[in-house]
Amino acid sequence: MKILVCLKQTFDTEAKIVLDENGKIERQGVSLIMNPYDEFAVEEALRLKENQGEGEVTVISVGGQQTQDALRQALAMGADKAVLVDPGDVELDEYSTATILAKVISGMEYDIILGGFRAIDDGSAQVAGRVAEILNIPVVNMITKLEVADGKAVATREIEGGSEVVEVPLPAVLTAQKGLNEPRYPSMKGIMKAKKKPMQKMTLADVGLEEGQIAPKVKAISFSLPEPRKAGKIIPGEPAEAARELARLLREEAKVV
Amino acid sequence: MSYQLTEEQEMLRQTVQRLAEEKVAPRAAEIDEKDEYPWDLKEMIAEQGLLGAGIPEGYGGTGAGLASVCLIVEEIAKVSASASLIVAAQELGMMPILLCGSEEQKQKYLPGIADGDKIAAFALTEPNAGSDAGSVKTRAVREGDKYLLSGQKCFITNGSIADVFTVFATTDPKSGLKGLSAFIVEKNYPGLSVGKREHKMGIRGSETTEIIFDNCPVPAENLVGEEGQGFKIAMMTLDCTRPVIGAQAVGIAQGALDYAINYAKQRVQFGKPIASFQGIQFMLADMATKVEAARQLVYKAAFLIENAQKNNVPAREVSRFSSMAKLFASDVAMQVTVDAVQVLGGYGYMKEYPLERMMRDAKITQIYEGTNQIQRVVIAKNLLD
Repeated sequence: MKILVCLKQTFDTEAKIVLDENGKIERQGVSLIMNPYDEFAVEEALRLKENQGEGEVTVISVGGQQTQDALRQALAMGADKAVLVDPGDVELDEYSTATILAKVISGMEYDIILGGFRAIDDGSAQVAGRVAEILNIPVVNMITKLEVADGKAVATREIEGGSEVVEVPLPAVLTAQKGLNEPRYPSMKGIMKAKKKPMQKMTLADVGLEEGQIAPKVKAISFSLPEPRKAGKIIPGEPAEAARELARLLREEAKVV
Repeated sequence: MSYQLTEEQEMLRQTVQRLAEEKVAPRAAEIDEKDEYPWDLKEMIAEQGLLGAGIPEGYGGTGAGLASVCLIVEEIAKVSASASLIVAAQELGMMPILLCGSEEQKQKYLPGIADGDKIAAFALTEPNAGSDAGSVKTRAVREGDKYLLSGQKCFITNGSIADVFTVFATTDPKSGLKGLSAFIVEKNYPGLSVGKREHKMGIRGSETTEIIFDNCPVPAENLVGEEGQGFKIAMMTLDCTRPVIGAQAVGIAQGALDYAINYAKQRVQFGKPIASFQGIQFMLADMATKVEAARQLVYKAAFLIENAQKNNVPAREVSRFSSMAKLFASDVAMQVTVDAVQVLGGYGYMKEYPLERMMRDAKITQIYEGTNQIQRVVIAKNLLD
């Protein structure tokens, strides 16, 4: 079974976001990790392979050379090979990324494609769905359970107020929601082996695309940070009086009661 | 000589850091409080392959090397010194076999130790022979194809849970240090028993016990090296393991520093975070500088020792760097943890906060694997010889 996992390198969840003088997000000095939702996808791919007793897990990413770190982590977890498409210094949106991924994937053999349902940085939750659309295969989003047998995938997915079990023929794209599994840590042996595993690096031209074909359709106009949290207010005085004052403020100032 | 972490080592550091924060940190206070060996963490550390980092691939390890062992221990020690000792004590226990064991001994014992099926221990110290290893009283008397061991060891890390001990006993009491020999002893050999379990100030949750030998028969093939080589084997072992204790000390110090920095930014006095006061700032600056200096010395020593053969580094340089790394890093750990408690003031003194634990844990790094006074003796001797 050929399993593909699309993954993205994102800011560390604990990274402090600041804007540079041009109002863009400052990337300098920020530690980067594998998008946690993609980590669920990698884990699920490895479990699928282990349960089936055979197969191959290939991880694919679009990004700069530093993205190799995230791919290498997936290899250390147990993935078999990695593909990195480095489009160079160009602006990308979800359309661009999905176009690149779909193009690379269309030249590969695959039975199932996994990915996180969203990335924790831009949170747009579009790429996997777009890839499925371009490849003309089904997509199931936000899965929390997956079983694969006889050319079909049975997945449990979250819906408002509950969950639903769906069946799709393979190949299909399935995106991981939190709760799908608990990702393993790379083992010492895995880390030592990761460097020896194949990491194919491609340019846009290698993929067979030109810059014009991946020009973004969406342009970010500006970024802003949330307002810093205001200090709390302490109401002094006797408990009964203070409570009365609190109730008044909640009603008249905060307008929440 | 310069050194740099490899890509694998960077990934190893990040992985162990995450593992330590997510899995070890939540257990740290409880391990200390209950003083119970964390079997769950030992299993997890073993499953991750972290016990085999110092053992070559041919013997079931990963051959990641001494600097990698230091990284693992440092990252775990940032959150729990007791848990980091699972790795450090295994390294110490197996090192005499790795360095001086026969091919058969290595094949027999190292794979189990590498994957954590077997716990290892190093048994040198006795009630009247600590720094003065020449006063070891445990006797080994040759009788046919075995040795009979009799005597008492104390303060043995992993004493009650080890499967394999490297025991130092004298085969020739008149010869002092030159009469010492090293033996591999399995826990189920008759005549081996576990004595008192120590109640310690720090590194609680590690099993520190007496080991008693009463005519314990040890097959002659379990002699490591030759009769009379025991002291040399012990010193070669400690040369390779002291940087690991240095790394443990750096981890404890870094953990305490990180906590103190975070606290100083949050804690408000006189209407401002205490981190805005120069008195606190200078303390934090000194602490950070010491920790980084200690770290650099530890990894310099680890890389120097690991590549000593290749680079033709003399044995006295290996001993000197090993001792300097352990000495400096452990003194730094003590100073920094004491200061970190001070930054937290009264809260630092309370059990609700981890700093008093880190301060208690730091103390042992100045004592075990050779007191810091002995380290100074070693350093001076190798400088002046």
